[in-house]
Amino acid sequence: MTSRPQNLQKNLRTEALAGYRKPDRDTQPDYYYPPYASTVKRSPSQPLVILPTTLSEVTGPLFGYDVIKANDSDLTKQGNGDPIGERIVVSGRVLDGNARPVANTLIEVWQANSAGRYPHRRDDHNAPVDPNFPGCGRTLTDTQGHYRFVTIRPGEYPWRNHYNAWRPAHIHFSLFGAAFATRLVTQMYFPGDPLLEYDPMYTSIPNERARQRLVSTFDWETTIPEQALGYKFDIVLRGRDETPFENDMKLPG
Amino acid sequence: MSLQTTSSQTIGPYLHIGLTWLVTDNLAAPGVSGEKVAIEGRIVDGDGNAVNDAVVEIWQANAQGRYAHPEDTQDKPLESAFKGFGRVMTDNDGVFRITTIKPGRVPAPGSGLQAPHLNVTIFTRGLLKHLITRMYFSNEPANDEDPVLQRVPAERRQTLIATPSGGRPGAFKWNVILRGERETVFFDY
Repeated sequence: MTSRPQNLQKNLRTEALAGYRKPDRDTQPDYYYPPYASTVKRSPSQPLVILPTTLSEVTGPLFGYDVIKANDSDLTKQGNGDPIGERIVVSGRVLDGNARPVANTLIEVWQANSAGRYPHRRDDHNAPVDPNFPGCGRTLTDTQGHYRFVTIRPGEYPWRNHYNAWRPAHIHFSLFGAAFATRLVTQMYFPGDPLLEYDPMYTSIPNERARQRLVSTFDWETTIPEQALGYKFDIVLRGRDETPFENDMKLPG
Repeated sequence: MSLQTTSSQTIGPYLHIGLTWLVTDNLAAPGVSGEKVAIEGRIVDGDGNAVNDAVVEIWQANAQGRYAHPEDTQDKPLESAFKGFGRVMTDNDGVFRITTIKPGRVPAPGSGLQAPHLNVTIFTRGLLKHLITRMYFSNEPANDEDPVLQRVPAERRQTLIATPSGGRPGAFKWNVILRGERETVFFDY
């Protein structure tokens, strides 16, 4: 290495950055959770190494309206005709851990059709594919963190995790938030689904109230008369500390 | 007021339906400055079997060491053609490929600079929450003073360092082992 960058380094003092708070441990699943069989071979066995807060964690990809097309948030309008199933409106807000709206953030969703089948080469469930339902959508939140999708209610479907295993009806959600640290992929469930208590993905979350926050609620306000039932699902991304932690400012050793 | 973060759930086996539209396997558009690199890696599970249903996402700074994000206020040039985001799916053999530029050095906590690195997230069936890791470059003197690499036990550091591949300039190999012997280092943040 030449001497120039080293000199630069000596003079460079970076302002300490406020970090993102970790979620309460019992609100998140562990990686290793044998009731969900695929975790056994795919979860890390070594302890994770704690990252300090650096510019790499508090920045992250941002997306704009240039990536969104007109019908991307209406999953019932993506084929040549109407998909089979019960139309629903899924809406809510994306907030951060400090209860502030997360504005203009990308949300991606995907789901099975009303018969519980994905149009995917690895889904061999003996239920019909719906040619009018590709089953994916995306949108950006507005300035107040609101989002809204129109879709059809997804069906439950069997999987091979254990004997007579069925996934509860769910919609997959993928969110970015403001930073690399706030990335979240989760699933939204439906109220009153009897399959939830048998589902190892749902039960992988130790905290009962945290689990229940993944269950949407029926919402009369967003229900469209003679058209579609409304379900509400709010999402909370990690919140940021107000001030930097001393711990993060020190180099180790 | 403080709210609990929504619980993570697995991305499942059908992620391609929702995520393929944003696949970005080449971050280095024509005209973007920097040293072009082609990274190839294979993700395997605890039995050494290919993880053929993963999505790998990249977040990185540009060649000058600046992130395209308002939080990065360094006095370094931004390039409108370089966003710093990549997303690729693994194929039937668990292999992913991404073309990008080698990022510059970004500030380290306190003082100094981090070594060039890609910030990596891995999602797949069997992961109830995503994995965070980093990819560094071999033959990079700055690795020795990188504050994150220094936190990693010395005997495991190599798992984070991509190595030149096949003698082609700019070609790097970086495999990811989710579990077991020579398990890749994953981070908690």
